[in-house]
Amino acid sequence: MTDIAAARLKKRHAAETRFRVYGRTAIIIALSFLALLMGRIGMQGYSTFTTNTVSLSVYLDPARIDAGDLEGSNFDYVVALALLKKMGETDDDYGTNASEAMDLVSRDLGFQILNRLKAEPGLLGKTITVTGPMKANADLYYKGQLKRETAQADRRLNNHQLDWLDRLKADGDVKSGFNVAFFTHADSTEPEQAGILGAVMGSAMMLLVTALIAVPMGVLAAVWLEEFAPKNRWTDIIEVNINNLAAVPSIVYGLLGLAVFINWLGAPRGAPLTGGMVLALMALPTIIIATRSALKAVPPSIREAALGVGASRTQTVFHHVLPQAMPGVMTGTILSLAHALGETAPLLMIGMIAFNPGIPEGFTSSASVLPVQVFIWENASERAFHERTAAAIIVLLVFMIAMNAAAVILRRRFERRW
Amino acid sequence: MVMTMTLKPPVIRTAAPHSHHPATPQPTKISVRDINVFYGEKQALNSISVEIPGKAVTAFIGPSGCGKSTFLRCINRMNDTIAGCRVEGQIVMDGQDINDRSIDPVVLRAKVGMVFQKPNPFPKSIFENVAYGPRIHGIASNKQDLEGIVEASLKKAGLWAEVSDRLNQPGTSLSGGQQQRLVIARAIAVNPEVILMDEPCSALDPIATARVEELIDELRQQFCIVIVTHSMAQAARVSQRTVFFHMGELIESGSTEEIFTNPREPRTQDYITGRIG
Amino acid sequence: MTVLVALALLAAFSGGVFLLGRRRAVRLAGGAPASLHSLPGYHGAWVALWAGAPAALILFAFAVFGGRMEDAALRAQAPAAISQLSEQRQEVFWSDARAEARGETSSEVRWEGDLGAAMAAKVSEARQITAYGRIAALALAGVLALVGFLLAFPRLSKDFRARNRVEGWTGVLLIACSTVAVLTTLGIVLSLLWESLRFFQAVSPLEFLLGTSWDPQIAMRADQVASSGAFGAVPLFAGTFLIMLIGMAVAAPVGLFSAIYLSEYAGPAMRATVKPLLEVLAGVPTVVYGFFAALTVGPTFRAFFNWIGSFLVGGPMDALGQYLETVQNQMALTAGVVMGIMLIPFVSSLSDDIINAVPQSLRDGSYAMGATKSETVKRVILPAALPGVVGALMLAVSRAIGETMIVTMAAGLQAKMTANPLDTVTTVTVQIVTLLTGDQEFDSPKTLAAFGLGLTLFVVTLALNVFALAIVRKYREQYD
Repeated sequence: MTDIAAARLKKRHAAETRFRVYGRTAIIIALSFLALLMGRIGMQGYSTFTTNTVSLSVYLDPARIDAGDLEGSNFDYVVALALLKKMGETDDDYGTNASEAMDLVSRDLGFQILNRLKAEPGLLGKTITVTGPMKANADLYYKGQLKRETAQADRRLNNHQLDWLDRLKADGDVKSGFNVAFFTHADSTEPEQAGILGAVMGSAMMLLVTALIAVPMGVLAAVWLEEFAPKNRWTDIIEVNINNLAAVPSIVYGLLGLAVFINWLGAPRGAPLTGGMVLALMALPTIIIATRSALKAVPPSIREAALGVGASRTQTVFHHVLPQAMPGVMTGTILSLAHALGETAPLLMIGMIAFNPGIPEGFTSSASVLPVQVFIWENASERAFHERTAAAIIVLLVFMIAMNAAAVILRRRFERRW
Repeated sequence: MVMTMTLKPPVIRTAAPHSHHPATPQPTKISVRDINVFYGEKQALNSISVEIPGKAVTAFIGPSGCGKSTFLRCINRMNDTIAGCRVEGQIVMDGQDINDRSIDPVVLRAKVGMVFQKPNPFPKSIFENVAYGPRIHGIASNKQDLEGIVEASLKKAGLWAEVSDRLNQPGTSLSGGQQQRLVIARAIAVNPEVILMDEPCSALDPIATARVEELIDELRQQFCIVIVTHSMAQAARVSQRTVFFHMGELIESGSTEEIFTNPREPRTQDYITGRIG
Repeated sequence: MTVLVALALLAAFSGGVFLLGRRRAVRLAGGAPASLHSLPGYHGAWVALWAGAPAALILFAFAVFGGRMEDAALRAQAPAAISQLSEQRQEVFWSDARAEARGETSSEVRWEGDLGAAMAAKVSEARQITAYGRIAALALAGVLALVGFLLAFPRLSKDFRARNRVEGWTGVLLIACSTVAVLTTLGIVLSLLWESLRFFQAVSPLEFLLGTSWDPQIAMRADQVASSGAFGAVPLFAGTFLIMLIGMAVAAPVGLFSAIYLSEYAGPAMRATVKPLLEVLAGVPTVVYGFFAALTVGPTFRAFFNWIGSFLVGGPMDALGQYLETVQNQMALTAGVVMGIMLIPFVSSLSDDIINAVPQSLRDGSYAMGATKSETVKRVILPAALPGVVGALMLAVSRAIGETMIVTMAAGLQAKMTANPLDTVTTVTVQIVTLLTGDQEFDSPKTLAAFGLGLTLFVVTLALNVFALAIVRKYREQYD
């Protein structure tokens, strides 16, 4: 081998190594993006799953609570006084101390007292113990996300308030525990009371509508196209049309929903029914495509066997071909429903962006869904909502990964080699 | 139409009219010692040892699945590209074991060309197909050089007359037989010493097959050629030596005349008379 | 609700009729089931279909179109009192009347005097119309169910081809389902065209497509004429294009190289781990990417550029330093990079399919010539796969253009024509969301502009998709 040839060979192998490194780097980049994304969201969100609750002994002062007008009484102030008393302080003339105290404890405690008094008016004048969440900022302080080291002007709580919080913790009045409220409450303007149950229910209802419309319709359409349709220009157009529909931006489906469902047919704005219908149209092409390829994979011998014993074409398809294709159909369906579950943009178009402090009452009433809840909370200015946004994303991702895993298991389990 | 059928024992001529056997036996080019090949757990070749002469055509015959193609792919280490394939043993070419770590398969494959069962021209022009090897190996120093190599290779492959006026057309536009001669031209463009052919005529019609066989016979003057075939007639027509494989084992090797007229092994006898296969 | 109850009753009726039909078929057979042309179940199903399907269709149509019909009936006679009101006020009047009648919350407008009286009259009229409409629909459905049953039932006989008839119905159902896909396209095209035409009555299409100033807020002021030149969409197209370019600059190399590595270099074990992980990345909802962009990537980039800037201030590149220190979270780069991350698995899985479609024989041919893997990829596989890869990249571009949540959450609202990735830009989809998520009057040019943008978006992505899918399809056929 000449020197020139040897040098050339060396260069070629160096190029080969470089190329391999590019490829490996690309994969590492892609995977580290995934790790970064998941890691960041996990870090931002995990703290939501615990929360700090405080127990306070509250004197139900008849002078401050009007037994005749319980609703009109200021229970937040009563709770604030109880906290001040615990700290050995009293309110000043301007109410500064009390309002500082109110900044620490959730209004939920006030509501609890109201409800207990309603149920048992005799409690007036007695001292009761109520347990409830800390306000979001106080909670963040306990979780170390709001730090004393930050200049006082730059944080939401002043040194005075932080001293109180330290004392509460030291006295054992504050306990950290699993954040039940996050899973049992709907949205709220107070971050510590905001939960995802409303959004989860909304998502479930919407997905149910989507599935009920898109799955039968998509499967039947695919059956016709694959098994019955003649091969002509019309069916060619349908086929091209379905492939293109699958690639239409989701926001366009939102515009369709707004123009046709809401403005033309008068469907309710922001309701699971309307959202479900829009997402059904969006999921339809992918379900059709998945079902068609599952039907294609069923060998012709099955059809011939059924036709051979005198079954009609319809019987052949519905008794033999479709059941054989079912695992593939299910896999495609679950994947496209998982996709629909995470869809946001079209829902914004049909007005699903309202603040919904309750569990949706029905399919035609205004509701939130998980991804939209994420969007709404992300827009909120309070830091505690960012934590909750990440937590809501974790819940959303858990649902999506569960659905994807189900699809993968289904595919592995029933995968058939003919 | 009346058909008269006469039952005659199969006659296998060992020398085609155009074939000239070398008067002197050729020196050994490749000497194979104790090769075993595994696909995962499954053993595909069992302790193969054989000598392959230079400047002659050696045919590997045997029923399908007997391992002859696998063995062929050992000679230019194409088995390296198959995941889970493991080769053990020595293949010595020009005094060097090609399975040695110091041997670069890239260099080896430039020395040992290969032609496949189905013609596989690249989706490029005829010219670019032939120029591919010289380009990647940096054989031509300038454009004239490259054009010279392409022309010479196409001439050697007997294709020049048919394609000289349309070198810029895609290689895939040629007929099957022309495509196969094109990939032969592609293989000889890098001036190899050995050319491996894996059933090169199985996808061709009889006329194209005859052209390729003629070509093989001409190339024998310059190259060591190893051809895998399951047409015994083809082996008899083109080769000087024949190796018979069965179930992953080498049963018998020898001069083509010997194998076809006077096999030592009963299994070889059975195969060439059509009792197994 | 009423419709649901009616549908349930109808289902029960059909079920009963099914049993009747089946029993009759069994009786007709007289102990020799094989003497029937069709199985008894088909007889039952046929009768049930006649009893149930037309009535269900009526109930369904009532549920879908009933509201519109009631509305039209209510508006048939406009009270004299509202004729002085502006067109928009009249709309509010009608929607209030309907809302009041349904017991929903109406607008905050107080209707007093003549208007109050007219409102009260219309509310009670609306209640009546709703009640009558409901009764009419239910009665019609009931009659249809009964008539269907009475007509179908006597036709059952031994030789009656019930199976063929039922299969005929099934065929109609299947065709109807397939038509929905076509109707969806038609719905998209027509609704976008219709609303856009209304928009283009106020703003000339030329101005919309060529104008360089976008400020839809201007048109919100009551004294402002809508076509005051605030609807030039070019800055939106420029912003969309810039973010798309950044996204593709990330996604194309990373996605393509990942696909090449996975299909040509990686062993089965690596493929089995990396591919599902990339699928996870592909399954992440875009709102999550948006959150990641807004709260992680944006602030990081900003801090980074501000930090660089702090070094340059006072030096020879003072101006650049000054600029870098003012860079904000919502730069095109943030949205573009995160969009690129989102597109990586899309590009890589499409390219993977396409590279795998290149026949193994070409690889073998190249390796046998002594080519290295990278030479084979660069000189044989990629040229062979080029059309497919181009198609895949075009589909990715289409995705990038139509992507909404990432840009809504991470890009800005300022319509600017700039090629500077550190600047804030806005996109077509961001503007659609902004225009349609505020308080809206449906007829204002501001709202309609969203449909103009939507139409543009649809046309561009459709063109890309049709072209790309055609390329990919042709490419696949080549190697099939």
